[in-house]
Amino acid sequence: MSGVTESDPPLLSVRGLTKSYGGRIGCAGIDLELWPGEVLGIVGESGSGKSTLLACLAGHLEADAGTALYAGRDVLTLPEPARRRLGRTEWAFVHQHARDGLRMNVSAGGNVGERLMAGGARHYGDIRRTAEDWLARVEIDPARIDDRPSQFSGGMQQRLQIARGLVTGPKLVLMDEPTGGLDVSVQARLLDLLRGLVRRMGLSAIVVTHDLGVVRLLADRLMVMKDGRAVETGLTDRVLDDPQHGYTQLLVSSVLPT
Amino acid sequence: MTDYNFAYLDEPTKKMIRRAILKGLAVPGYQVPFASREMPMPCGWGTGGVQVTAACLMPKDVLKVIDQGADDTTNAVSIRAFFARVAGVATTTRTAKASIIQTRHRIPETPLREDQILVYQVPIPEPLRFLEPRETETRRMHALEEYGLMHVKLYEDIARHGAIATSYAYPAMVNDRYVFDPSPIPRFDNPKLESPAIQLFGAGREQRIYAIPPHTRVVSLDFEDHPFEASKADGVCALCGAEDSYLDEIVADDAGTRRFQCSDTDWCAERRA
Amino acid sequence: MISVSHLSKRFVLHNQGGAEIPVLTEAALTVAPGECVALTGASGSGKSTLLRLLQGNYVPGGGSLVVAGLDLATASAREVSALRRGTLGYVSQFLRVVPRVPAVEVVAEPLAALGVPEEEARARAEALLARLNLPERLWPLSPTTFSGGEQQRVNIARGFVHPYPVLLLDEPTASLDPVNRAVVLDLIREAKARGAAVVGIFHDGPARAEVADREVDVSVFAPRAAS
Repeated sequence: MSGVTESDPPLLSVRGLTKSYGGRIGCAGIDLELWPGEVLGIVGESGSGKSTLLACLAGHLEADAGTALYAGRDVLTLPEPARRRLGRTEWAFVHQHARDGLRMNVSAGGNVGERLMAGGARHYGDIRRTAEDWLARVEIDPARIDDRPSQFSGGMQQRLQIARGLVTGPKLVLMDEPTGGLDVSVQARLLDLLRGLVRRMGLSAIVVTHDLGVVRLLADRLMVMKDGRAVETGLTDRVLDDPQHGYTQLLVSSVLPT
Repeated sequence: MTDYNFAYLDEPTKKMIRRAILKGLAVPGYQVPFASREMPMPCGWGTGGVQVTAACLMPKDVLKVIDQGADDTTNAVSIRAFFARVAGVATTTRTAKASIIQTRHRIPETPLREDQILVYQVPIPEPLRFLEPRETETRRMHALEEYGLMHVKLYEDIARHGAIATSYAYPAMVNDRYVFDPSPIPRFDNPKLESPAIQLFGAGREQRIYAIPPHTRVVSLDFEDHPFEASKADGVCALCGAEDSYLDEIVADDAGTRRFQCSDTDWCAERRA
Repeated sequence: MISVSHLSKRFVLHNQGGAEIPVLTEAALTVAPGECVALTGASGSGKSTLLRLLQGNYVPGGGSLVVAGLDLATASAREVSALRRGTLGYVSQFLRVVPRVPAVEVVAEPLAALGVPEEEARARAEALLARLNLPERLWPLSPTTFSGGEQQRVNIARGFVHPYPVLLLDEPTASLDPVNRAVVLDLIREAKARGAAVVGIFHDGPARAEVADREVDVSVFAPRAAS
């Protein structure tokens, strides 16, 4: 009746992912699964290992141990060319700071078009039309296609970064504090946009954030991390409304009422 | 002559450079690092090209040196005199008579032959440099053939100027593998990169050598709807009347009268002879 | 459709010396298709807790809690999500939405998640909002700025936009005027008529009397005050 069986294959299956910095634990023994169309939130305070986990998955950091199966392959041990190809086709990464994910000296259109051109698109007019379409989808006036990101506001830069990543129709998006550093009203707009895109494109996403409000609105499931370990996982509203672990209770009770 | 080894560089250095050249020829378009030496001229004057020429020169060679197509500019005259003195080789201004031609910013109009070597002076060998400043990253991009960024550069050109405005140092793909910077030759010369001659590129300051073996496929990058065009100034040479050679625009008098003339002085002179 | 037995629930406050707050013990409840059961009991007796347990929002402490064939005590997060998507409707007292989303989209969203084409989802959402007398000029606006009664109607529309086989209603008629209250009671009756199993908390006694087939006093599940 529920329409879901546990035998459906997950899109991503992580087992025992561990990363240390010298003697200090980054993250340890992380298991997680992500199914198609699902958004997983990872919360925890600074230093909890959530960004380390994301960086290992994205290939920005090399994990010490563990596996991360995607489409039958362990992405942690994938040869670099295949890894990078994955990173610009079926995966996308959204950085907290848009300038880390954008080319600031390249126009908005060029930024959005880069993944297309990297994938072999060689028709300028088509690339441009696709870029215009994507600018509109992330609510940037397509007339600004030739402006550089430096002329955009912080919220626009973040939306441009998202367009740049999603233009190739990825299956999995990794987001590191996507609303961090943005004004509250701008955050709401971005969240709305992300929700819509996730829904319409059937995206799966992992969103790392310390903002419980963000995950409540965006994530289907939640993982709470502390000192490099996952202390609690489950349905987002269940973890937030009926936290079982002392740390999660502390985290939830620390949120200022809105 | 006894004060110098033949062609100025000592033999072990020449050997080292020749190894880099051979590697460059074996992997067309790949930038081979080499231990660039101090030369008795400043970087920017063609020290990379001079070292490559020195490593290639044999006593029987006939050397031609051009700068922007001309044999008689300071840079060309100095380098020609340098090798005449330290190698004692014959020099010429005639493209057809030279066995080695060192060039800055041009490919001669006269078609080259299989028994000739064209040595380019290269200021910046990395075509991806201006878009991706990290050398570690650009080398990885070459290794993995990730050249999307090169098209981003051309995209930006069209977006800003309505057409590909890159008019020199126009990037091209060598042997279907490496994207390379042909040095600041005008894009008019790009079709001539597919040549029977050996083409060697030396970047002294950046310590890189790369090469195009004879008869190697060289494709200038472009878009389907904005194809590559080997453009030149729309005019004719005021001296020889040539319509199909690369032209320099020259201010002829104090009144600002402008005229065109062949950039390749030897070719122009031959036509008038 | 709903079968609860030996269900217990307590909260453990780890940051307050592990203080335990028992809320339910040996709770039992069965609801058949087409039946509406009203949870009653004094404030604090655990009505909301039981409703939230049924919704999967709270973690069951012990016993079993089967909704539409899925035991929420052992189900995975994904199974609960899927249950909520297609089977288990919920009308909360509170509206929790992304601030900028228009009311009509808030209502249509559960249909979109079920793969209903956008236009059809929108049309159904609009029909329901019209029936609940929400002024049309409010449809394109975010409900975060609405009055309590308006927000409540958006919540109700969201819960009734899809014919969920199971419906959980938390104070569905609170803060509604008589006209809209009547509309909601009609909606509940229609849901029952199509075979939905309905569980509700109604402080509004007359409303409860109108739609509920049975009442279950939750206070009998309260743990003995001995603790």
